[in-house]
Amino acid sequence: MTEHIDSTKTYVLVFVALVSLTVLTTAVAFVNLGDFSVVAALAIAVCKMLLVALFFMHVRHSTQLTKLVLAGAMVWLGILILLTLTDFATRGLAGVPGR
Amino acid sequence: MTPAVDVERETYLNAGHDLKSWLLTKDHKRIGLLYLFTITLFFFLGGAMATMIRLELMTPQGGLVSSETYNKLFTMHGVAMIFFFLIPSIPAVLGNFFLPMMIGARDLAFPRLNLISWYLLVIGGLFAIFAMLAGGVDTGWTFYTPYSTTYSNSWVIATALGIFVAGFSSILTGLNFIVTVHRMRAPGMTWFRLPLFVWAHYATALIQVLGTPVLAVTIVLLLCERLLHIGIFDPKLGGDPVLFQHMFWFYSHPAVYIMVLPAMGVISELVSTFSRKPIFGYKIVAFSSVAIAVLGFLVWGHHLFVSTQSVYAGMVFSFLSYCVAIPSAIKVFNWTATLYKGSISYATPMLYAFGFVGLFTIGGLTGLFVACLGIDVHVTDTYFVVAHFHYIMVGGAIMAYLGGLHYWWPKMTGRMYPEMWARLSAGIIFLGFNLTFFPQFILGYLGMPRRYHVYPPEFQVLNVMSTAGASVLAVGYLMPMIYFIWSLRYGKVAPDNPWGATGLEWKTASPPPLHNFDETPVVTHAAYDYSTVTGEGIDFG
Amino acid sequence: MASHTRTETLALREQFDTEAQQKDASTLGMWIFLITEIMFFGGLFLAYTVYRRWYADIFAVTSSSLNVYIGAANTLVLLSSSLTMVLAVRAAQLGKRKALVVFLILTLLLGGVFLGVKAYEWNQKYVEHHIPGPDFHFEGVAQQGPAQLFFSLYFAMTGLHALHMVIGAGLLIVLIALAAKGRFSASYMTPVDVVGLYWHFVDIVWIFLFPLLYLIDRHLGR
Repeated sequence: MTEHIDSTKTYVLVFVALVSLTVLTTAVAFVNLGDFSVVAALAIAVCKMLLVALFFMHVRHSTQLTKLVLAGAMVWLGILILLTLTDFATRGLAGVPGR
Repeated sequence: MTPAVDVERETYLNAGHDLKSWLLTKDHKRIGLLYLFTITLFFFLGGAMATMIRLELMTPQGGLVSSETYNKLFTMHGVAMIFFFLIPSIPAVLGNFFLPMMIGARDLAFPRLNLISWYLLVIGGLFAIFAMLAGGVDTGWTFYTPYSTTYSNSWVIATALGIFVAGFSSILTGLNFIVTVHRMRAPGMTWFRLPLFVWAHYATALIQVLGTPVLAVTIVLLLCERLLHIGIFDPKLGGDPVLFQHMFWFYSHPAVYIMVLPAMGVISELVSTFSRKPIFGYKIVAFSSVAIAVLGFLVWGHHLFVSTQSVYAGMVFSFLSYCVAIPSAIKVFNWTATLYKGSISYATPMLYAFGFVGLFTIGGLTGLFVACLGIDVHVTDTYFVVAHFHYIMVGGAIMAYLGGLHYWWPKMTGRMYPEMWARLSAGIIFLGFNLTFFPQFILGYLGMPRRYHVYPPEFQVLNVMSTAGASVLAVGYLMPMIYFIWSLRYGKVAPDNPWGATGLEWKTASPPPLHNFDETPVVTHAAYDYSTVTGEGIDFG
Repeated sequence: MASHTRTETLALREQFDTEAQQKDASTLGMWIFLITEIMFFGGLFLAYTVYRRWYADIFAVTSSSLNVYIGAANTLVLLSSSLTMVLAVRAAQLGKRKALVVFLILTLLLGGVFLGVKAYEWNQKYVEHHIPGPDFHFEGVAQQGPAQLFFSLYFAMTGLHALHMVIGAGLLIVLIALAAKGRFSASYMTPVDVVGLYWHFVDIVWIFLFPLLYLIDRHLGR
């Protein structure tokens, strides 16, 4: 339902941004950022994802429902990982053997 | 013998008679009936397993079957009942048939996908049946590792593949329902004019699409582990078997809401119609359905309380498990409030609705017992838990399914079922059910473990009571099989709206025409507006 | 309106009232399917998260055994295929049949290159005995178990991704055939649209797989 048709130029610019971010993430991996490395990598990946979603998948022009569906999926993925981590990240904290 | 329909009038039943017109149908109503046929088969299969289980448990030392066979029986009972009967049941039979009609649509959004869903269930089912016939699977329906991946010598792979395929049936049904409710509502059918049955199925569909894929990938990893020994769950390689449990229950807990939410949707319809009143607190009930779906995703760790899951996670999941009881309780209160000053009739569907409300309440309350960390340590993996979930699944979901089947039978077939026999069997089912499962609460609390085919002699009396109850229950279940089939030929011809119910499905003929409505309806009234219904042909047999 | 007397067309099937409704429904349907895919891959991302936290050091070493330049180049290949895919969708929206076919073919070719490179990489792993199983051996770590876990995740995740690419390639072939026959127009190009959505989604999965598998603590300089 995209009455709004983006220009080829827009798509090429987004592509250039994606390439740049790929180069960036590869380069940053060789820099010692300690624990921040994984945050940086994920942050860049999220930026790339947003570019692909908003521009290539036309989420920019899509209905509220589509945006809600996408956001919902991200939240659910978050629930899966974060709530499971409440277990794996807190084992051994209580000092109880085996827990 | 009265013909079911006017020979001239085209209905979905007589539009095409050959096998191809059924096996290649795109009609959601026919697909609903295809599902009805398939899941009934699996209900009997699961029931046969249950019969063997209860027979074995009549004596403390068993002796009817070996312990290995017993392991296979309870495993296959669970697999058949959960994946091939309960999960599809109400959505795939009643949801498929009535959701489009209730919103004023000609069909679902994707009819061919709907047919594919049915074939996927059948194919998955064939895998499972093959596994049963080839020797069975003995891991428990929960497939815990490392037994399922490494040590079991049974047909794990075939069964797991069957469940994998059936899972996609569920996913596609959910996808279809979500798109249909969003995009296919008739003019004037706003969200808050939808029957609560539709809200319930919408909430269920959310669970189906968000949860089932995680089960699918878990099964893939299970199969890789079993076939290739890659170590994902293997402690010897640094893996964690509890990771499997997390992934498995991330789906399997919400799965119980896939089973119970549609049941609640049916109950809303029944309670309203047979009190001749709108459901009390319509919006709250609608939101509660969605709340149950959402909260249901946050509690799976309560199945891991006695694993090596951390205590802190246990506390989080315990708290959240208490939260999820709230919207369910709200619904129970609202159904009860609907009865107040209502014009109550005790037709069979209403008897099932009453049964549901009472038994679901007991099941739900005992859920709170096991949601408490301290109590669960004592009763987990005992018959207490078995009784808890059977109160919900059988006392709740199956009763709602039967209630819905009776309620909509006239619409689907154009025939009334025999009311007296139906009330009798409802009563027998209620009695049989409680006799089967209430003793199990006591057994569990006294310490009898589940999945054991032998037990200390002091538990025999309660076990015999349970088995006796199971035989009564079996009689109760057989009766509708018989009289439903009988009614197809000899039942009274049904009017369009035998119950004086609201809802668009009652405004069209019984059975409905091929395209549901002769003209797309335009909706101008709220849901459950009894002023729109004349007291036509209310017939309680 | 007795709508069932209307003849069914591809753009307006009998269950729908308008072409816009059908297009909306199809697009929503694909988005819902994509969120099921997010949860499907999500299970693997969960396993990855759990084990990477537990075995951070070993994962860093095993990750370094992957060729980062090939991985990065392959990422660029896949991103290019996303560009050609969206240009194909644009061509379809504008009713430009030839451009549509050309861009679809380019997308397919780039996808093929990606898969070819992956096959090469997997073969490298086979030669180095990094494939999980009885022949597994990773030089340079004492604990072989977690190293094998890394590669189990590597093959599971890239394998599942590659499977989705192959399915995507199949869909592209169908689209190319239909487009060449002139089946699409500015008013009916929904299949191109939804396959595009699918293709971009598979690209997004790789956007995460690349840093998570190839770029773990590269600064340690193994």
